Amino acid sequence: MKVYLDNGTTTPVAREVLDAMLPYFTERFGHPIFVYSLGQEAADAVERSQAMIARTVNAKSGEITFTSSATEANDLAIRGVAYANRKRGDHVITTKIENPSVLRVCEELEKEGFRVDYLPVDSQGFVGLKELEKTITERTILVSIAHVSDEIGTIEPIEQIGKLLREQKNRIYFHVNAAAAYARVPIDVERMGIDLMSLSAHKIHGPKGVGALYLRENTPIEPISHGYISLFTLKPGTENVPGIVGFGRAAEFAFNGFEKHVWNMRKLRDKLMAGIEERVPHILLHGPRGDKRSPANVNYSFKGVEGESVLLHLDLNGISVATGSACSTRKLEPSHVLTAIGVKPEVAHGAMRFTLSRYNTTEEIDYVLEVVPRVIENLRKISPVKPEEL
Amino acid sequence: MPVEFTERSLLKYTQKVIELFRNPKNIGEMENPTVTTVEGDPQCGDMFKMYLKIEGDKITDAKFLSFGCAANIATGSMTTEMIKGKTVDDAGKISIKEIADGLGGLPGLKMHCAVLAYKTLKKAIQEYKQGKSGGDQTSSKGS
Ligand code: FES
Repeated sequence: MKVYLDNGTTTPVAREVLDAMLPYFTERFGHPIFVYSLGQEAADAVERSQAMIARTVNAKSGEITFTSSATEANDLAIRGVAYANRKRGDHVITTKIENPSVLRVCEELEKEGFRVDYLPVDSQGFVGLKELEKTITERTILVSIAHVSDEIGTIEPIEQIGKLLREQKNRIYFHVNAAAAYARVPIDVERMGIDLMSLSAHKIHGPKGVGALYLRENTPIEPISHGYISLFTLKPGTENVPGIVGFGRAAEFAFNGFEKHVWNMRKLRDKLMAGIEERVPHILLHGPRGDKRSPANVNYSFKGVEGESVLLHLDLNGISVATGSACSTRKLEPSHVLTAIGVKPEVAHGAMRFTLSRYNTTEEIDYVLEVVPRVIENLRKISPVKPEEL
Repeated sequence: MPVEFTERSLLKYTQKVIELFRNPKNIGEMENPTVTTVEGDPQCGDMFKMYLKIEGDKITDAKFLSFGCAANIATGSMTTEMIKGKTVDDAGKISIKEIADGLGGLPGLKMHCAVLAYKTLKKAIQEYKQGKSGGDQTSSKGS
């Protein structure tokens, strides 16, 4: 049996999405900037995608700019707002558990003379509102926080953060990386007070190479790349029309029956968690339980074993998952998220992340629950470390 | 800024590595070893334990335990295979390169896993030599 449980990394493109995209490679290949019908057909398609995505987060069509990835959207949002507001301030706030596409950009800003505070999180990955409030200064121009931790599934209190930022004397723009949240938790940019938000198509059964930035009307921002302007002033260059069409269709696909998909994922998540807790001793859950956890995320440390070995054994059994083990990274350091929530390196060593999609089934989870305990038991037998001592 | 090209994949293991990962050799605990040594890899936090049975300066049996990645398990298998039957002095001459070559090579990033197996072996031999007259040796660094 093949079971794909790494949907937090990427998802397969849905058949419906691919079918929608295909004509835009061949018959409808026009450049959206031109007025002849081929061009207009492409421009209309881009607009439909904008409208579709805008609708799913309660935004206006024109507030959606397509990018090549959520990574690019994060870069554009953070640097763009920082540069455009430099006269007013030079202080940016983010958290220790952001994706590298946020952290690395913030480090670049620091080199350019901005000041960045990286907020700590509690043992479940939550950002403290008090902590945030204390960190805000007169010079703060931007706060960037992920809605959902792609690694441990923590759903941050975005609405309360948005409210807190609106109450400040100075205008502080609020950027939310929602790549892991989109199509898993409901998002409403108005209610949540979000000014900028990054999205990704390939995490919701859309194609790779397409992301989007939601930008609230009248938010000062500077482009970070320059060139030929087609439809989007912030993103020069010819649009990836087939990809954008795919993103729009993927959004429609995800939000058509959104509640049912979420309910299903949550049911499987809880089944997987209950099964692991019942069958495998000496484990540690990372992130919260219940409603404050992404319906698609399960992350446990299996003490005394190493994650890459677990990953490869599961792979040999047809199961794809991710790990936070130091051995699996280029820098040979445990995941910065696990470190930030206080997980000891030896325990982070056996951290396994299972991420669900709407396509997963009960039978698949049953199979995973049959294989995982066996793999862990076998690896524990050959480990010099006693799990009960970690 | 010079651009650094990264390896295609961290897990681009040779067939031999995967084979020894799936069916490791000499893995498990040993009863009444002559030497038991534990080494940790400060880089990624792994632990490697080696048992040697030595009779008349000849390694008659070698086993290991690993709290590490596939490369670690494979290098442990390779190292123990290579030293079995050798005299302690000959085993001490084995190089990291020989271990890696035996596996058909390792991804650059995983060379330190071979270093860990190698260091554990060196330490075991050293401890054996130091305490030759004293019987059973046990070191438990990091466990
Ligand atoms: S044992 Fe950690 S990378 Fe090989």
